[in-house]
Amino acid sequence: MLASMLQRFGRIMVLAAVFAAGAWTYATGFIDEFLWHWPDVQYLTMQHLWLTAMSGSLAIAVGIPLGIVLSRPSMARVAESIMQVLNVGTTIPTLAVLALSMSFLGIGTTPAVFGLFVATLLPITRNTFAGLTGISPALLEAAAGIGMSPTQRLFRVELPNALYVIFAGIRTALTINVGTVPLAFLIGAGGLGELIFTGIDLFDPAMMLAGAIPTAMLAIAVDALIAVIAFLVVPRGVNPNRA
Amino acid sequence: MIRLENLTKIFETQKGSVIAADHITMEVPSGEICILLGPSGCGKTTTLKMINRIVPPTSGKVFIEGEDTSGMQTEDLRRNIGYVIQQIGLFPNMTIEENITAVPRLLGWDAKRYRERARELMDVIAMDPNIYLNRYPSELSGGQQQRIGVARALAADPPVMLMDEPFGAIDPINRAVIQDEFLKMQQALKKTILFVSHDIDEAIKMGDRIAIFRAGRLVQLSEPDDLLAAPKDEFVESFLGDDRALKRLNLVRVGDVVSSDIGTVNPGDTLATALKRMDEYGYQLSILMVNEQNEPVGMVPRSVASLTRGYCRDHFQPLPGTIHMGDSLRKATSIMFAEDTTWLPCIDDNGKVCGQITQRAMTRHLGARFRAAARTATAPATGA
Repeated sequence: MLASMLQRFGRIMVLAAVFAAGAWTYATGFIDEFLWHWPDVQYLTMQHLWLTAMSGSLAIAVGIPLGIVLSRPSMARVAESIMQVLNVGTTIPTLAVLALSMSFLGIGTTPAVFGLFVATLLPITRNTFAGLTGISPALLEAAAGIGMSPTQRLFRVELPNALYVIFAGIRTALTINVGTVPLAFLIGAGGLGELIFTGIDLFDPAMMLAGAIPTAMLAIAVDALIAVIAFLVVPRGVNPNRA
Repeated sequence: MIRLENLTKIFETQKGSVIAADHITMEVPSGEICILLGPSGCGKTTTLKMINRIVPPTSGKVFIEGEDTSGMQTEDLRRNIGYVIQQIGLFPNMTIEENITAVPRLLGWDAKRYRERARELMDVIAMDPNIYLNRYPSELSGGQQQRIGVARALAADPPVMLMDEPFGAIDPINRAVIQDEFLKMQQALKKTILFVSHDIDEAIKMGDRIAIFRAGRLVQLSEPDDLLAAPKDEFVESFLGDDRALKRLNLVRVGDVVSSDIGTVNPGDTLATALKRMDEYGYQLSILMVNEQNEPVGMVPRSVASLTRGYCRDHFQPLPGTIHMGDSLRKATSIMFAEDTTWLPCIDDNGKVCGQITQRAMTRHLGARFRAAARTATAPATGA
């Protein structure tokens, strides 16, 4: 009784707070200012997504095969060293990677996509590698023992069983990617970073938020989208979410 | 039929070469189960895995159905050999149906044929296809998973099966059930099976033959009864345990020891007749009473027959128990010990008496094999 009354009271308070915040932002003219940036937001969001899509798909296209190659038994000796090199790659701050790639590839989209690709590659490769090497030896022996060729083993047993872990890597990688794209503005590739950094420089919070809020929403949306894809694609028997 | 010829495996390790299997030569006739038995590290698993090249042999040859397998493609070879491992190794990403039909699909069967085969196999392993075919391995118990593991190995109807401690990870109660089911299945399917085990009791129960391994060598290959009666050396003897005579009780059927020429009385006979018949047959304690249908109904003790007058039907006592001709001596012994009796009437499938079994006959039967073994032994073991 008391609990439900408190709950109702709490709900009313939250609604009131939201209303007050809305009224205050409206009164200060913040919403109008924000909406004034709307066409920019639309255009830059598309640019932002395009950068993510380009660098992300490149990273997936390179990272997964790389992880597969490294997980083969014949690569066992060099695999860990290569993973270490990739690890060192990620310890370099993304901004530094972007700066380096700018000094080689100049200004614009190409160096930005390359820098983002480098930053995104490791989680995907690492998880592909970990997912494939984590498969129980008994499973591999059974697959070999019933007469699957190495390729059949990879596609029918290893990849489906590693898929959940691989998707976790893609999810992490792309979420980081979306959050990192604003830095690409600094080397002239556009994206929502344009509003964020310009807003900071001009001391214009509305402009900055017009870039920051959509960036945050995009990151959440990308994360959710990949979660849904993983839910649908990972086979039910190895999908903890569908057990 | 499986024949191994000088099969050898040498592992190169940092400490030097280790001979895991040393010139193993043996043959398993068609339709038989041969158990590879020995302590861990004795080479039994290595030998098994060299047959389907999970472990590539260093030298030697494997013949299946008389054909040298060294010329065959590894994948083709394996698809023609059923393979069951202790860890089961069902594919978690596949449904039970996809697991069972993995080999037929590799062999390119059409969908209708392999789906039918899956349902057929579910019947063989006594699991309901409608309930289980669409489930995933993680939804099954360990025992059910291993049944599916066996079904998967049988899917393409290979003539030969290799089983690496298949029931080792299953709890003892379920293990006994699965072993019995598997033996029943084998009676119908007649596969040629090599079966690795470290459990002597499992070996005696499952094996038509037992191959004892030690330090990479095949020490003895015999039928279970021969093995228990005549172990070749001290290692085999100690591995079999000091109760090996008792273990043989499992292997001998009541029908092998039964004496069918027995004296019985009918309910209508007088006690004097009963006494006379006991003397005639030399029974010290009692005589079996059967009815018109030759079914056992009771026994007349000598003490009653010698002191009383009248008819058997008025003075008989209940039987301590009966034993079926197909039962093992182990069960007979158990009943005798429990009921404090030295003999039991033996019955057939219809419950008719076909003889009796006595403790004396059992010990004589078992002892005969041991004495024969001792005579043929070359070592001067008789002295001490």
